[in-house]
Amino acid sequence: MTVKDIFASMDYGPAPENPAEALQWIAGHDGRFGLFINGSFTPPRNDFASRNPATGTELARLTSATPDEVDAAVAAARRAFGPWARRSGHERARILYALARLIQKNARLLAVLETLDNGKPIRESRDIDVPLAARHFCFHAGMAQLMESELPDRAPLGVAGQIIPWNFPLLMLAWKIAPALAMGNTVVLKPAEYTSLSALLFAELCQQARVPKGVVNIVTGAGNVGEMIVAHEEIDKIAFTGSTEVGRKIRRATAGSGKALTLELGGKSPYVVFEDADLDSAVEGLVDAIWFNQGQVCCAGSRLLVQEGIAEDLFSRLKARMCRLRVGDPLDKSIDIGALVDPVQLERVRAMVAEGGHEGEVFQPECSMPNEGCFHPPTLISGLAPSAMLMQEEIFGPVLCATTFRTKADAIAIANNTRYGLAASVWSENLNRALDVAPALAAGVVWVNASNLFDAAAGFGGLRESGFGREGGWEGLSAYTRPRRKRLPLKPLAPVPPPEAGQSEGIDRTAKMFIGGRQTRPDSGYSRAVWSPRGRLLGHAGLGNRKDVRNAVEAARRAQGSWAAATGALKGQILYYIAENLSARADEFATRINAMTGRRNGMHEVETAISRLFTYAAWADKYDGLVHDVPIRGKALAMHQPVGVIAALAADEAPLLGLVSVMAPAIAMGNAAVIAASEPYPLAATDFYQVLETSDVPAGVVNILTGRHDDMAETMAAHMDVDAVWSFSSTDLSALIEHAAAGNLKRTWVNNAAARDWLSPAGEGRDFLAHATEVQNIWVPWGE
Amino acid sequence: MPSSITTSHGTGRPPDARSGSPAHDDRLPQVHLPRNEGLPLDLDWVMRAEANTSAIARRVAALPGRRSLKKVHQAAWLLRAITLIDLTTLSGDDTPDRVRRLCAKARQPLRHDLLRALGMEGTRITTGAVCVYHEMVPTAVEALRGSGIPVAAVSTGFPAGLSPCHLRVAEIGESVKAGAREIDIVISRRHVLTGNWQALYDELREFRAACSDAHMKAILATGELGSLRNVARASLVAMMAGADFIKTSTGKEAVNATLPVSLVMLRAIRDYEARTGFKVGYKPAGGISKAKDALTYLTLVKEEVGNRWLAPDLFRFGASSLLGDIERQLEHHVTGAYSASWRHAIG
Repeated sequence: MTVKDIFASMDYGPAPENPAEALQWIAGHDGRFGLFINGSFTPPRNDFASRNPATGTELARLTSATPDEVDAAVAAARRAFGPWARRSGHERARILYALARLIQKNARLLAVLETLDNGKPIRESRDIDVPLAARHFCFHAGMAQLMESELPDRAPLGVAGQIIPWNFPLLMLAWKIAPALAMGNTVVLKPAEYTSLSALLFAELCQQARVPKGVVNIVTGAGNVGEMIVAHEEIDKIAFTGSTEVGRKIRRATAGSGKALTLELGGKSPYVVFEDADLDSAVEGLVDAIWFNQGQVCCAGSRLLVQEGIAEDLFSRLKARMCRLRVGDPLDKSIDIGALVDPVQLERVRAMVAEGGHEGEVFQPECSMPNEGCFHPPTLISGLAPSAMLMQEEIFGPVLCATTFRTKADAIAIANNTRYGLAASVWSENLNRALDVAPALAAGVVWVNASNLFDAAAGFGGLRESGFGREGGWEGLSAYTRPRRKRLPLKPLAPVPPPEAGQSEGIDRTAKMFIGGRQTRPDSGYSRAVWSPRGRLLGHAGLGNRKDVRNAVEAARRAQGSWAAATGALKGQILYYIAENLSARADEFATRINAMTGRRNGMHEVETAISRLFTYAAWADKYDGLVHDVPIRGKALAMHQPVGVIAALAADEAPLLGLVSVMAPAIAMGNAAVIAASEPYPLAATDFYQVLETSDVPAGVVNILTGRHDDMAETMAAHMDVDAVWSFSSTDLSALIEHAAAGNLKRTWVNNAAARDWLSPAGEGRDFLAHATEVQNIWVPWGE
Repeated sequence: MPSSITTSHGTGRPPDARSGSPAHDDRLPQVHLPRNEGLPLDLDWVMRAEANTSAIARRVAALPGRRSLKKVHQAAWLLRAITLIDLTTLSGDDTPDRVRRLCAKARQPLRHDLLRALGMEGTRITTGAVCVYHEMVPTAVEALRGSGIPVAAVSTGFPAGLSPCHLRVAEIGESVKAGAREIDIVISRRHVLTGNWQALYDELREFRAACSDAHMKAILATGELGSLRNVARASLVAMMAGADFIKTSTGKEAVNATLPVSLVMLRAIRDYEARTGFKVGYKPAGGISKAKDALTYLTLVKEEVGNRWLAPDLFRFGASSLLGDIERQLEHHVTGAYSASWRHAIG
């Protein structure tokens, strides 16, 4: 090409990034890599190959960890944990800062390596992945520095097993390792088998940064290695980013193990464009939403919802924009869309488009495409109904699916019509509208007039089948810490058995359940007699079954939306009012508790319950969100949103306080609660609904069931319309609940066979509030 | 180039490069395109125009990282940039000889040996136009006679546009009579700031009529319009009133051409073309002094409206010092050594 030719054509021409240094780094290891265990590399084996998806050429040979090697890695992490956790925050901060600087110093090598291994455009690995990874370490160096002063009540979890995906290999590593190390944990991390190289380079950086031996261990391999980590008994925490299917398996595999778990899974995130949006900017935002990283992004804006009146206009602008996207060699600096990660992935995307595309209108621009390699053209499928397969299923490729809506309410309904809940975008020049819609979307992250903005200062993570837990921000630290508290053994507590010769007095009292604001007989038609330890018949309580749970959840769901919309001040008022009415009947409740338990601390329990109601009445309008300082002109608002419908198994040992301790934080934060009362001592709870009835609690906000916890727990945990299950039952139902919760991947909070002193401050506080809320980060750029 | 849109508009060569015609005297800025006739003010359309500042800032911030021009491509694009410059002098101390000097530079913007080394011998490389105040128009016209380079006159009470209306209209006529082929008019910013779009439209209509066959380049003075939304709306009104070009700035405002403003104006141009079929030109002016910046602007144009706009009939840089930096970069391309300003002829 001569100057003259180009002067006429005004083409861009090639602008290739030089891969020589990255290839040299691989060659320097003879093209083979071992595992990084206890600060050094094991001898490499030729177990599997890592390939460049743009060309199909082999980059390196990698080692697939054996069970013994995983054991060795976990053992190294275990040995390193104590000393690492005991180091001062400042010492850990220095090492994290060194890692941040080393990533910056090796930015180009990391970026090129990432692009070679993954196929993503060099622009993205250079301008997004690598700088964000460095930023994550730098940010968490700060968190390590501040941990002692700002989080004095939190302790590290121990050894974290971390399994990351192939779409952002280095960045996901940073999201996992940085907070774990900052809080004093040690890690065993498995990169995805397609993309291990940047993690292995990072291992070398750990050596240079003088990360103590065993604090970071990196084991390579496929899913079977991940399974070894998940199943490993010496691991305290599993953090997984990847597909919903694998996430579900991990939830089941870790159920009842006591391992902490965070899951960041799939999505089908809505991208909502209102008629008053800046349409050209909305179109450009779609480029970042769905053609970023070839659409292989869990939070990709893959469902375009356009207001009907502007749909045609928007689609024509979008198609014109798509025609200017450049697909090709990911190492070329002028490429927008690189290669999908693997032929398997390409085939999957093609098959989905072939299978579901006919339900709408498929548009692909006539762009030049490389002849070989895993390339897929940018694709728009418009005219899809929400019922279309492609509007429901995650494609994980450069394919945008579109439909229209009429009104704000319509937009919210369609946006939330999904099993997922990771991210969303809202485009409107009217911030009244945008800030009305954003919190109504079922998504952990919402971008107003933007898409795919990330920063270490703002939490990222989802709800529903997109998983649970947050990464980044203050909220992300709870994924790697636990409250400092002594572990008390759980003592199973059975109902008082019927005496040989029981005595009853007074008029027969049969307690009912409390569902949707009404006193309800149990569906089963069975009741159980409640005896005092002295052989006195205190009354009967219904035996709740799955239908009672169903009815209670339905009532809770109906009530939850408007309860959440009530002001914090009103919720607080109602909690105070409950306390007031309970106080008026304190003697009666104290007597009842003493009669059931045979103890004499009934009045202390009642007074504590009143105080606890005050605590959450106080919190109702004070559990403020945060305004995160993210690097945009604008802020990210970390809002504390209610989880939704919370089903809880109340503590058995504290008949009234156990109920109040879960009910009050749940409703203070805007949730509706379905609570199974103390199994052996249910009558304080059933007396308590009379207090609720006189305290202006809206029908359905609190629902009280009685009966056997193990009968109701599974129904609660498996119920698809329950958003979280808590168990403080003296029956250890942790495994059962966590296993059943895998169905819709609801959040769980179970006692793992540990007891809690409900009369102490351990029975209340921020931990409860955190479990009663989802942190939703709403990014609000501004500017005129 | 993956785009089917851009290629459908033709090769994007400037008229001279295509024809190689020596008959430059009759070269008009828009020989091959129907001239924008304008249309009645469509306020619904104007008021629906939105411009989201943050999103626009993100787009332009990411753009230089999304497109990269290397080596021979960079050189070719810089040569093209030269042909798109309105070489400008708008100083109170301009004299006829100073303007003649500038015109000579416009005819011969790049050293012969560099042109030869770039393999561009026989291809006429001149700047897009020479832009002066009215008093200097006859001098410039005379100095450029036979070159095919049009003379542009700034007009209508430039730069503030606050002289009596009839004088502003008369000024256009005088400059046209003096031989200016392009009139760079300034709008009344107050009409934008008070939302009086009708007044803006009427004023521009009157200017356009006064321009007659000369082309009207409407300077919006975007640095004084308060918001990108106003820039978008003023751009549409100017085009509805028949502007042949819309231009950012006089060069005298505190903020002149910027990438965000350019993105907004280019999108308005694209929107206008989509609805009316008329291609309107774009001229960023003021503050573009580096070759690298010029490449970013050209990339933005190519990405947003396509190759057809990378020609002097649809795009100009209003710049006085840009040419010098391009000359240095081209010498660097040819020799591999960084250049110095005194090695290149001044204008």
